[in-house]
Amino acid sequence: MSQSDPSPAYAPPPPGHVSHSRLERVLRAGRFAVTAELNPPDSADPADVFEAARPLAEVADAINATDASGANCHMSSIGISALLTRAGYSTVYQISCRDRNRIAIQGDVLGAAAMGVSNVLCLTGDGVGVGDQPGAKPVFDFDSLTLLRTIRTMRDQGMFLSGRRITRPPQMFLGAAENPCIPPLDWRPERLAKKVEAGAEFIQTNYVYDIPLFEAFMARVRDLGLDRRVFILAGVGPLASAKAARWMRSSVPGIHIPDALIERMEKAAKPAEEGKRICIELIQRIRQIPGVAGVHVMAYRREHQVSEIILESGVLEGRRPGRRGRRAPDSADGAGGGT
Amino acid sequence: MYRMRLFAVRHARAFERIYAAVERVMIALDPLFARIGYDRVERPVAAVESVVKGFLFDCRMCGQCALSSTGMSCPMNCPKELRNGPCGGVRPGGYCEVRPQMRCVWVLAWEGAQRMKGGARIHEVLPPVDRTLAGSSSWLRVSREKAAERRAARAAARGTAAREAVARAFPEARASEPATAPLAPEPPAAVNREERRR
Repeated sequence: MSQSDPSPAYAPPPPGHVSHSRLERVLRAGRFAVTAELNPPDSADPADVFEAARPLAEVADAINATDASGANCHMSSIGISALLTRAGYSTVYQISCRDRNRIAIQGDVLGAAAMGVSNVLCLTGDGVGVGDQPGAKPVFDFDSLTLLRTIRTMRDQGMFLSGRRITRPPQMFLGAAENPCIPPLDWRPERLAKKVEAGAEFIQTNYVYDIPLFEAFMARVRDLGLDRRVFILAGVGPLASAKAARWMRSSVPGIHIPDALIERMEKAAKPAEEGKRICIELIQRIRQIPGVAGVHVMAYRREHQVSEIILESGVLEGRRPGRRGRRAPDSADGAGGGT
Repeated sequence: MYRMRLFAVRHARAFERIYAAVERVMIALDPLFARIGYDRVERPVAAVESVVKGFLFDCRMCGQCALSSTGMSCPMNCPKELRNGPCGGVRPGGYCEVRPQMRCVWVLAWEGAQRMKGGARIHEVLPPVDRTLAGSSSWLRVSREKAAERRAARAAARGTAAREAVARAFPEARASEPATAPLAPEPPAAVNREERRR
């Protein structure tokens, strides 16, 4: 992509929108949105990124590029987001505060926006200790809220946090995470309000396996009027087996899985099928909860199931998100018609 | 000390009162500090502050104390140094993701805030820490800030703020005919017509 790929001039976002994001358009149109998390390759080959994206793209309004989640090193989220965006996929560029300071992050945001990335998810990040390089220095110069407020300032005031002017502000749709099912439970909705105050326009939650807990959370969210101020996408994912579920619960930070679900996985003759069925049921129950704007599917190493799960759950109601490229990354891969 | 930190959160209301009193004293001392020179009092006050707050709150001397907004639980004790609430990794029972034997600083902050009169301040979004201020005295910073705020408020009440703006807008008149764009402090009798009549 050199001379044949001149930087496109982006027109201002459509009225009532903050970005060119397809995800934003779907959400503001009141559709039930679907996003999916990509398993980032341990490779420098762009083909590996496209291969991982393909099964997700047909059902997802945006694909999340994780930023060294679990403090494990993979291809960077900015690299993945740029590759996919340029190839016509819609992406959510995740930024964790763990690895970069404010100088690096603000520069990356401009770089990502220049490459057409229009959704960003602001995360605190897991501690370095749970990852594969626990000796690394944890940065945490920002937290997720100061990161949100900083990018919003860059976008809306057209300046860096230093006050220096940005000639072309980054038109980003701002997202944040929330974890409705872990302590302090009574504070989580208020914390969501604080994130909205800091600048969040959409939320992707951590895994929701406990519907009653999530319902209680959403009830409070509605009481606070937050469902009208922010689009909430509930996190879901298929469990592989009872053993995997137990491992996730004990080893991955911030995951709550009720015992009943693990028992159900244990009794199943075909655990993988049961995991898929549970995920579909969760999505359908979540769909019924007022104030939920979509689901975010995190199917780590079960990406092949994502398409079936979403299609069988029926939440797309006939919509086909797919890929809308201006151009293909390579001529062999024909891009869909532009919209 | 972890135990003392837990104690401070349990007694967040009492510490809130003590803190308000300390703040009042520091603001009242502003003229004295200004006379001695803030630069000269900085190091001794920071040393005292470090010992007192270190004992009570495990203070890390970030220089931008937010204790009154964080339920008297010092956020710099969070391994991620979060300034705006808990991360998504809090363990069952409210324990820290990174240091599982320690209770989450922000779970404690939430508990402390419930006990405080000004507990709602925990909902305000705090800016990122300015690392250049590390090791400096927050108390003196509060004293300077609040005192300056009060001076500005008094100036506005006297109407001098508006007069200053006029003087800035008409610099030539200010130079050639200062009485038309006055800047010197006005005695009450000069500006209050009611008082003049009496």
